[in-house]
Amino acid sequence: MTAANSNSIAIKVSDLRRRFGTQQVLDGVDLECPRGQITTIVGPSGCGKTVFLKHLTLLMRADSGRIVINGVDVTRLSSRALDSVREQFGVLFQGGALFDSLTVFENVAFPLVEKTRMSREEIARAVNDKLAAVGLEGMGHKYPSEISGGMQKRAALARALIRNPNILYLDEPTTGLDPTRTGAIHELIRRTHEKFGLTVVMVSHDVPQVFEISDRVAFMHRGRMWLNGTVAQVMEAHDPIFERFLAGRGSGDDDLPAGGRSEARV
Amino acid sequence: MNSPISIDRPASPPLVAAIERLGAAILEGVNALGRFVLFLLSAMVEIVLPPYKVRLVLRQIRTIGAESFFLVALIAMFTGMVLGLQGEFTLRKFGSEGALGTVVSLVLVRELGPVLTALMVTARAGSAMAAEIGAMQVTEQIDALTVMAINPVQYLVSPRLIAAVISFPLLTSMFDVIGILGGYAVGVGLMGAPAASYFNGIAQNLSGDDVSGGLYKALVFGLIVAWVSCYKGYNAERMATGVSRATTEAVVLSSVLILMFDYFLTSLLLK
Repeated sequence: MTAANSNSIAIKVSDLRRRFGTQQVLDGVDLECPRGQITTIVGPSGCGKTVFLKHLTLLMRADSGRIVINGVDVTRLSSRALDSVREQFGVLFQGGALFDSLTVFENVAFPLVEKTRMSREEIARAVNDKLAAVGLEGMGHKYPSEISGGMQKRAALARALIRNPNILYLDEPTTGLDPTRTGAIHELIRRTHEKFGLTVVMVSHDVPQVFEISDRVAFMHRGRMWLNGTVAQVMEAHDPIFERFLAGRGSGDDDLPAGGRSEARV
Repeated sequence: MNSPISIDRPASPPLVAAIERLGAAILEGVNALGRFVLFLLSAMVEIVLPPYKVRLVLRQIRTIGAESFFLVALIAMFTGMVLGLQGEFTLRKFGSEGALGTVVSLVLVRELGPVLTALMVTARAGSAMAAEIGAMQVTEQIDALTVMAINPVQYLVSPRLIAAVISFPLLTSMFDVIGILGGYAVGVGLMGAPAASYFNGIAQNLSGDDVSGGLYKALVFGLIVAWVSCYKGYNAERMATGVSRATTEAVVLSSVLILMFDYFLTSLLLK
């Protein structure tokens, strides 16, 4: 039973804690992300969701608690041993984080060039494959500064997928995009998820549109997962704090920033 | 109990509070210095560890070294020319025009060559290093390297360190040669100092130790500039002014350290 359990859960986080100075940003986070599903983390700005994602992507180390990725407890690994875990996931950063000295093609090819012994032709084929998958055929020769924000996100997604990871992390994939492009990126995430059978963990502020492509929702509040379940479960919980957040009135502590922004997006 | 004063913890007497603040400042300073030194050590360790990125080192030698050449040559030319002018003017008063070559070459090779080269390359390449790495930090490109299992220090910092240590002595040598020629052009060509004694004086009085001492300085300055500039860029804060602040601090701290270490190195070398 434990074997089946660990197989169906791609990421398991238990009691994760992290303090910055006097601020307890992560205050006992628990989360399970089932394999092959899209889990979306939402919450007002400043609730700790970006910091939490940085722990999942192994960019930060927790004070205490455990993160198990594909059955491996990453909180106990040495920095060097983490590299084999890093190969199992791809990350789409908020601004794309494309290397601006490289073309789109070179950006997508970068992880293969640096970390594998593939031949030039194999790399070219893999890169063109992934560029086609994100709808950027024929754009490989452009530099990141020459393409739009939406295209940069697509290129960054292609780079995140190039080593065929089984987990994909997305940090606010639609930040800075207009509503039409937001819908297009959501559609792309859904298609990518289906095509490659990925476990997706996404931080988003696009409520409630993002729920259409999500399997599960985790609502973060005060450094914890306040609500956590399937989209239907979370919506039907009628939790007052969550509903206030959905209505664009923040979640009590910081009314204005979150409220103003999500209203502007709807 | 509800008065605002009782909420505070018992206030320390002024003297104790001052000592506490001093202690906190010293601890923070020691911490920062420790991070600064560890940064260099980890970059040096990564030089030794595979994979070896010769291509990256060559590209940095082009940026730091080759592309700085014309600037360095220009500065060297004018420095040599003003030394020729001032030197000849002053030496003539003592009737020692023949010593011009010796004076110009010793001043350039021992002091001005390494120091001015380092300051100019700091302004040109050091600022670029800090700005480039800073921008990568601010836009999460360094995080992107890390999640791709590529060590950012090894990829970004180590090649710049090697390239600077190679480029600085080479640029300094060129500075010395061009400066000596500039001094000749003005001192001998315009002011009429005796031509033969200019190069004879250099041949007789400029020793191998003078040359190697100047190159040691250049090597240390190269290390300082790459170290400081990369460190400041790498630790740029993620806000609008992060990159500009990192660049300014890199140039200022590099320049100050160059002049300070110039004194200490000179006192070591002049035994």
